[in-house]
Amino acid sequence: MTHVLEVNNLSKHFGGLKAVDEVSLKVEKNQIVALIGPNGAGKTTFFNCITGMYKPTSGEIYIPSSAHRDSHITGEGHRTKAIHGLNPHVITECGIARTFQNIRLFQNMTVLENIMIGRHCRLSTGIIGAIFRTRKSRLEESELIHDSHEILTKIGLENYANEFAKNLPYGAQRKLEIARALATDPFLLLLDEPAAGMNPQETKELDGLIVKLRDTEDLSILLIEHDMNLVMSLAENIYVMDYGKLIAQGTPTQIKSDKKVIEAYLGEEIDA
Amino acid sequence: MNSKKLNKFLTDKFGDKIGNLFNEIILSFITSLWFMILMFPIMIIKVNTIDQTIIWRWHNLIYIGAGSFVLSYLWRKALKLKEMKSRTEENSKKSFSLSESLSNLSESKFHYPAMGVTLLLFILIPVFSSLYQTTVLSSALIYVMLGLGLNIVVGLGGLLNLGYVAFYIVGAYSYAMLNTHFGLSFWVALPIGALLSTVFGILLALPILRLRGDYLAIVTLAFAEIIRLILQNEGDIFGGPSGINNIEPPSFFGFEFGLDGKTVLMYYIILFMTIFTIFVIFRLENSRIGRAWQALREDEIATKSMGINVTMTKLTSFALGATWAGFAGVLFSAKTAFINPDSFTIWESVIILCFVVLGGMGSIFGVAIAALILYILPESLRAFAQYRMLVYGISLVLMMIFRQGGIIDVKRKHYKLPDNIKAD
Ligand SMILES: Nc1ncnc2c1ncn2[C@@H]1O[C@H](COP(=O)(O)OP(=O)(O)OP(=O)(O)O)[C@@H](O)[C@H]1O
Ligand SMILES: [Mg+2]
Repeated sequence: MTHVLEVNNLSKHFGGLKAVDEVSLKVEKNQIVALIGPNGAGKTTFFNCITGMYKPTSGEIYIPSSAHRDSHITGEGHRTKAIHGLNPHVITECGIARTFQNIRLFQNMTVLENIMIGRHCRLSTGIIGAIFRTRKSRLEESELIHDSHEILTKIGLENYANEFAKNLPYGAQRKLEIARALATDPFLLLLDEPAAGMNPQETKELDGLIVKLRDTEDLSILLIEHDMNLVMSLAENIYVMDYGKLIAQGTPTQIKSDKKVIEAYLGEEIDA
Repeated sequence: MNSKKLNKFLTDKFGDKIGNLFNEIILSFITSLWFMILMFPIMIIKVNTIDQTIIWRWHNLIYIGAGSFVLSYLWRKALKLKEMKSRTEENSKKSFSLSESLSNLSESKFHYPAMGVTLLLFILIPVFSSLYQTTVLSSALIYVMLGLGLNIVVGLGGLLNLGYVAFYIVGAYSYAMLNTHFGLSFWVALPIGALLSTVFGILLALPILRLRGDYLAIVTLAFAEIIRLILQNEGDIFGGPSGINNIEPPSFFGFEFGLDGKTVLMYYIILFMTIFTIFVIFRLENSRIGRAWQALREDEIATKSMGINVTMTKLTSFALGATWAGFAGVLFSAKTAFINPDSFTIWESVIILCFVVLGGMGSIFGVAIAALILYILPESLRAFAQYRMLVYGISLVLMMIFRQGGIIDVKRKHYKLPDNIKAD
């Protein structure tokens, strides 16, 4: 097995607050890994460190040096690349995409345009190309429209293509966040509470969608989620955080019976 | 008085419609009473300091009372209409309005003919209008260019730049100085001026692009003022408060023109540059880079996570905006033949920003129309010219209440699947 993400002793301090404290985590290729924990445990902060939104106080983050999904990941002895401290847009270019806990779509643009912006880092048309509408830029643009439509169809949002993002129903907005992240061509997808605010029906659909994406898009997925049903059914490996620290790690069955986890959730129902 | 309680009391007593009417009249009456009290010391009492007497102008009280009563009543009606309209719009989502049909126009098949007719009109204007009118229109077109340039920064990029005039200054002074000191012609100076302006834009942008919103606005504002003060105080280089004069008008392949001819030539050059501006921004707006600008305006953090280099994107938006101010500046100094720092006060920046906001942020046609109307109107109604800023202010307030999107709502492009690719 090869790792697509390896985090070693990552810490992020805000003044005196240790929001993330020496957390290590690994995601294997084509695995779905869940990160859970009570509110304020530092899960989102952990995501922000991986994606470069925050510079980690200490610790290392590695991805395979040629992790991009077009290239073949070789087995043992593959070279790794450090991404801690890089700028967010560089990390996205490396192939890590994310969604946001509180939806952050480009509200006053259409659904299709949201996807097109996601493709930005895989395209090259500059100012000159756009003004003179060179052959290359025209070709790129029509390919872009085609690809974006295809992504929308994959997620099941094709009927909304020309709607404003802000006019979409809540569940569809969450899906659009995933579609937009997918547009950046990632090998690793970070989902921050993708089921938050969804009804049980929508959550079930989301469950199917995530598995489908993993299988057909050759993705590895790391997700934060409070919906325990979803976590237990999806994740092969679960990490539990509390007060910035990693308190447990294991398969769903192990986590369900872990003393520390039950304590952290203090009576909350964990079994699915 | 609690207007809700009053409303309930009246509707209980008189039924819905009449109760509402009563309610509105009473509220308007209260407003007018309040205004009468407020204006009492200013409009009614007049002290004659020489005779030590007080003149009571009671007739003013009647005017104020009646005026504020009517205005207040109309205001309430307008607000109610707006509320009703937005409610019906939610229900049917299909309503006809002027701005809608205008923004539809830019998509329909009338698009090209309509543009052709407009263009022809602008080309023919110097033929059947006076020299004065042509000059006014030239100035108006320069403001259209400035509005469209600032639109790149504020409307598309979402960066509040209150010192846009600084780049206008760079353009204007570069032509003025290159021409008077080195004898460079207009045609050589035009790209140089724009380039210098762009460089200034980049130099200013580099340190301040970390700032956001209000902070960015204040720094750009200060920058513009600093540049103006430098011009004012550097007499040896920039001519100080008296500025630079005897700037040559543009030549045209060695033809000799009289005063009329020069004005008309200038008009056509400005018209050409305006069309060029519209063309470029039109192409950029829905391109990869234009979409990145708009993403930045919508949500900076999401933009970052989409793999877009936020710093570069801000920089291009800021610098390209500056480029157009540079073009406009060169045109301005060539047109007036005389420039001094007084032409470039803070108010210029504010007026240009008004055009962008009133026209509809990000809408090319909206900004162009707003700039044309708002510049020409006070110019042609000379008697009211002193109320120009007042008119802008009132229109801005009204706009914020009744039409937040500006004159023309931005309509997003609808992309269709290209047929050749669809096949597979
Ligand atoms: N930019 C910041 N500055 C200061 N403190 C922060 C910042 N971001 C997060 N924190 C703090 O770090 C802690 C962890 O927050 P984080 O958002 O990572 O929690 P979370 O696990 O995602 O919680 P939730 O389940 O509610 O989303 C919280 O105490 C929060 O207040
Ligand atoms: Mg969170």
